[in-house]
Amino acid sequence: MKKKLICIICPAGCTIETETDDADLVKVSGNKCPRGAEYARKELLSPERTVTAVVPSDSEVLPFIPVRTDKAISRNLVSQLLKTIYSIKVKTPVKRGSVLIENFQASGVNVIFSRSVKN
Amino acid sequence: MIKKTYDAIIIGGGAAGLSAAWNVAKAGFSTAIIERENCLGGILNQCIHTGFGLHRFGKELSGPEYAEMDIDLVAANKVDSFINTTVFEIRSNGILKSVFASSAEGVTEFETRAVILSMGCRERNRGNLGIPGTRPSGIMTAGLAQRLLNIEGYLPGRKAVIIGSGDIGLIMARRLTWSGAIVMGVIEILPYPSGLARNIAQCLDDFEIPLYLGHTVSAINGKERVESVDVSPFKDGVPSLSGTFKIDCDTVLISAGLIPENELSVKAGVKLSNATGGPYVDSSMMTNVPGIFACGNVLHVHDLVDYVSEESENCGSAVVSYLSSDECSCTQGNISAGSNIKYIVPSKYRTGIPQKFYMRSLMPFENAMLTVKCADKILFERKLKYVRPPEMQSFTLTPEMTDGLNENSPEINVSLTEV
Repeated sequence: MKKKLICIICPAGCTIETETDDADLVKVSGNKCPRGAEYARKELLSPERTVTAVVPSDSEVLPFIPVRTDKAISRNLVSQLLKTIYSIKVKTPVKRGSVLIENFQASGVNVIFSRSVKN
Repeated sequence: MIKKTYDAIIIGGGAAGLSAAWNVAKAGFSTAIIERENCLGGILNQCIHTGFGLHRFGKELSGPEYAEMDIDLVAANKVDSFINTTVFEIRSNGILKSVFASSAEGVTEFETRAVILSMGCRERNRGNLGIPGTRPSGIMTAGLAQRLLNIEGYLPGRKAVIIGSGDIGLIMARRLTWSGAIVMGVIEILPYPSGLARNIAQCLDDFEIPLYLGHTVSAINGKERVESVDVSPFKDGVPSLSGTFKIDCDTVLISAGLIPENELSVKAGVKLSNATGGPYVDSSMMTNVPGIFACGNVLHVHDLVDYVSEESENCGSAVVSYLSSDECSCTQGNISAGSNIKYIVPSKYRTGIPQKFYMRSLMPFENAMLTVKCADKILFERKLKYVRPPEMQSFTLTPEMTDGLNENSPEINVSLTEV
């Protein structure tokens, strides 16, 4: 099967033409760098996205603290992950980079704080 | 009136102001940032998505993380900051400047030798676009919606239409969807999207949000709250009303470009460029008013914060030279925008030092040639895989390139041609 993709790895946004048979990617063209080929493979076989959100906290200064995944996570897990994040109430203080959720659903992906909040 | 004295005053504590401030302070000059919000970081604090810092730190950070890196540097270099404080006037008394600011304590006069303008920009709103229709609640800029969701924690609506395909609007389409709202469509007047292709892919295509290119909103309907918008194809410069269709929604977000915020600058006698909407600056990032400098989005709208920081660090270093009175006394020459260049910043160059220039193209080209010329002599050429108006280009003019020019610093011209 042939499919056109737009690479989301960098702002160049290459249009990548791909061809798959049964279970594997057989042909990639249009990418200006090797990261594009890697993206195309993942996008067709098991797409991943970085997720960002805000989590409710007990802080009066910042009642919602920004968080993100520390790497891209499978698209299938995104809505479950968002539900989990929204259901948490964080106790401050928190430090930027510290872990809110560790290894979500054994995906190897952590959710970390994007901002330090004293209280 | 309270009176304070500093070597340099920075107006605005966003990405530009932070970088400029710590670069001035680390040279030993007393420096203060004046910020009208209740914390430093500016718009980065509400940009919780990732994609910041790829050039500067080699990794993809979220906005708040990027801001915190600079906030830490500002603290480490002993910059004073005045939050919840709004500057309302800058007066120039020869070499000394007075910056007047208002806060809960009353009015403060900051006496200083150098002022850095880093107030950023603001969003085009409904009034700027002149969208017809009624005036219900639920119409706001994409940046305001971003603030409501990401800082205040409010969902601004349940069923949204986004006008304009700028990056902020696209990012908000994803953010709203991830927050449980439905985005009914993005309406773009141009025949091509104005945001990055990757944002069309990951913010619209992922959620099957329709993008109506070459369409415009010809009316907003609703009494108390927005009920729907009329969307018309845009043909030959006018909405074609016969092709109009309705989209039901309770919220309209506007993401149609940014305007440098220069009311303060103009009042202080600073001259603005029509092409950028920001001040003209020379090779020291100084405006036409001696001692007043500018950097970041107040100067010209950037697409990457990494470039804002870089430009502002350069501005900080130039202010250090100004305060130390060890500026190069050589003459400055004009650098002008040639074919397919909308603008180039700064608008002057100086020989003998490396200097970075930023510019934007007028039209998209695949395979372009960047040429820097003085009369018929080519000083520098570079091949580019592509140029696109939403993506800023830059180059460094080195002392070697300007070596052969005569002492009067003749005009240099920069152009982009298709090859």
